[in-house]
Amino acid sequence: MAKAFFGGVHPNDRKAATNEKAIEQLAPPAQVVIPMSMHFGAPCTPLVQKGDHVKIGQKIGEFKGLGAPIHASVSGTVAAVEPRPYSMGGKITSVVIDNDFLDEISEEVQAPADPDALSVEEMVEIVKNAGIVGMGGATFPTHVKISGGIGQVKTVIINGAECEPYITGDHRAMLERPEEIIGGCCYLAKMFGVEKVIIGVEDNKQNGIDALNKVIAEQKAPVVVQPLRCRYPQGGEKQLCQAITGKQVPPGGLPSAIGCAVFNINTTCAIYRAITTGMPVVRKVVTVSGSGVVEPKNLECPIGTPVSLLFDACGGLKDTTFKLIAGGPMMGMAQYSADIPVAKGTGAMLAFAEDEDKTVENPTCIRCGRCVEACPMHLEPLYLYLYEQKNLIEELEAAHIMDCIECGACAYICPGRLHLTHTFKVGKQKVKDAAAKKKAAEAAAKAAAEAEKKEA
Amino acid sequence: MTDYKNLKLIASSNPHIRNNEDTRSLMLDVIIGLVPALVMSALLFGVRALAAAAVSVASAVFFEWLYRKLLKKPQTVGDFSAAVTGLLLAMVCPVTLPYWMLILGNFFAIFLVKQLYGGLGKNFLNPALAGRAALVACYASQMTSWIAPGQKAPLLGTADVVTAATPLALMKGGEFATLSATYDLKDMFIGFIGGSAGEVSSLMLLVGGIYLIVRKVISWHTPVAYIGTVALLTLLFPQGNDALTYMLYNVFGGGLMLGAFFMATDYVTSPVTKKGQLIYGVGCGLLTVFIRYFGSYPEGVCYSILVMNCCVWIIDQYTKPARFGAVKEKEANQK
Repeated sequence: MAKAFFGGVHPNDRKAATNEKAIEQLAPPAQVVIPMSMHFGAPCTPLVQKGDHVKIGQKIGEFKGLGAPIHASVSGTVAAVEPRPYSMGGKITSVVIDNDFLDEISEEVQAPADPDALSVEEMVEIVKNAGIVGMGGATFPTHVKISGGIGQVKTVIINGAECEPYITGDHRAMLERPEEIIGGCCYLAKMFGVEKVIIGVEDNKQNGIDALNKVIAEQKAPVVVQPLRCRYPQGGEKQLCQAITGKQVPPGGLPSAIGCAVFNINTTCAIYRAITTGMPVVRKVVTVSGSGVVEPKNLECPIGTPVSLLFDACGGLKDTTFKLIAGGPMMGMAQYSADIPVAKGTGAMLAFAEDEDKTVENPTCIRCGRCVEACPMHLEPLYLYLYEQKNLIEELEAAHIMDCIECGACAYICPGRLHLTHTFKVGKQKVKDAAAKKKAAEAAAKAAAEAEKKEA
Repeated sequence: MTDYKNLKLIASSNPHIRNNEDTRSLMLDVIIGLVPALVMSALLFGVRALAAAAVSVASAVFFEWLYRKLLKKPQTVGDFSAAVTGLLLAMVCPVTLPYWMLILGNFFAIFLVKQLYGGLGKNFLNPALAGRAALVACYASQMTSWIAPGQKAPLLGTADVVTAATPLALMKGGEFATLSATYDLKDMFIGFIGGSAGEVSSLMLLVGGIYLIVRKVISWHTPVAYIGTVALLTLLFPQGNDALTYMLYNVFGGGLMLGAFFMATDYVTSPVTKKGQLIYGVGCGLLTVFIRYFGSYPEGVCYSILVMNCCVWIIDQYTKPARFGAVKEKEANQK
């Protein structure tokens, strides 16, 4: 039976434009721009300089603290190491590589002699060195999730919900690369020491479910596919855990708190590739779609490929295009420039030529309560909105604004067209600022009291 | 190919897509839901019912436009909420009410109750019901003179109109036997009874109400809780020999159907959670029966909804959804 979480919305999935189109390989780009921040955590330090020769898979960025290393995605010469625009807004230090089209593979890329004989520690080390992060868009370093979860995690969940409209990369992977997904699942089962891995897939991808089940049966793999009723944001980590296990992640907690760990389909493929071939994350499947794209496609390209090349490969953009989005239409980031590269978390590049967000001049709340019903985190968006507008920071915090996952479901459903998600992003920042201010004031008061004590 | 440097891009926050449904389409659905009852009203009471509705809607929209114009605020007549208020007010007044009184009622509803509190979404009382309450206070005799069923009201004036008591007034007077002799249950259900222009036909209101529920404009919680409470109480404490008949006369008589489906479900003045809506519906039902049984008015729908409107904030405060994951937290603390 198809399962689901509580709340959510059901937007038209708009996947028909690309869900029957096989993943195409993009013609190799002449230059790639690899941002040093493609993961959750501090940016990497570049390991190469202008003029250096690099090969595919060579490590060019090292992380410290929470993060994942970054590798060259083409072979060639480093043209520059300088700040460049990237999809998270603003500029970040990036390594620009001129492609020599020789496709030389780095000596650092070594396939293990017998992947099945590897110990858990060795596998985690491979995942870490391969720079694998959550490829669904959250980009949390995968090796941290694994090493932090071993012993605690009883349920390993693979996220094949792909609940965002338009995006079909995971769906195509299920159809075209089911062996990689199931293989990755087996390695994850081994690492966590669990008997089976659950893949959650929304039931609008029935052929994907069938393809996975076929491979599972052939390999007798310890994997089950759990169909999910279509509902956004099913692919939210906490919502997926709820849909599959019925348990809720405590406020501010991680899925490991209820014994779960969630990995994206493409992350699972990346784990399989890293363990069997030693190849780190250097390529990415991107769905290029939306009303502004002439011929929508699923494209695979080296990380760092300028997105304009992806659009070119899809027949270019319509003249009326007014919005570019890195990611899905519900949670993706609107871009102010097309001058950005594909990063590890870029699952889609959308271009809109029609006014799909239906903005109005005078958004008005009519208290219909649809946002309350839609909120997967059980918040009351209409009241949060009211408190933010009135600058009531304590009320915002008491109403649990920090629980908001910014999924956009409330704003999507709002008949008054309120800018709810935007408002909550601002509101969360206000709460954080207020907390920091309070902390600073307390520290200052404490220091003053101590100074007084000393004097006395 | 595409000139990527000169794209004019909007960088707004997510989400980048929106549902088709907006305030205007919801209000339009409410109007559509009221059409069956309005048509029935015209069939029963004559063209006057349509003329009154037209005058009422026009004046409500005019007052909304005028207020926004005078205070130089963005125009909001396009959201159709004023039209809904005007239509509802016409439907809760006797069909013979002079037009100018109807216009005055709309002035009260739109200017004072709605706009002075900040316009759509900010008023705490249902404007149409507040308008009706004001009219009852000012013009008690005109607001309680009901045209007898089977008669057509003249387009202008009220000369030569035979009036009749409403079923609830008969019940209040302890004349249940007279009532069941005058109107049988079929009359009650279809609407061949005395009453306000739009409230008489339970059948047509039910059709409209179900339309709204099917279209997901309203949820079933408020109307079911409201009508259910009235039905249960009148069934348990009948003031006649046959409890079931007494209950049905109470459910079909008066403004319960109109109130439960179209007034108590007004988004602005009702709770936002389903749990809250159930409590609110039960509260409306209790008050309605109390007023009918113990009050000095024969009917209590209007006042019970207005009273419950005042309780919405407190209901909302006590029916907040359980925080995601907090159940586990509590259990963990207990361990």
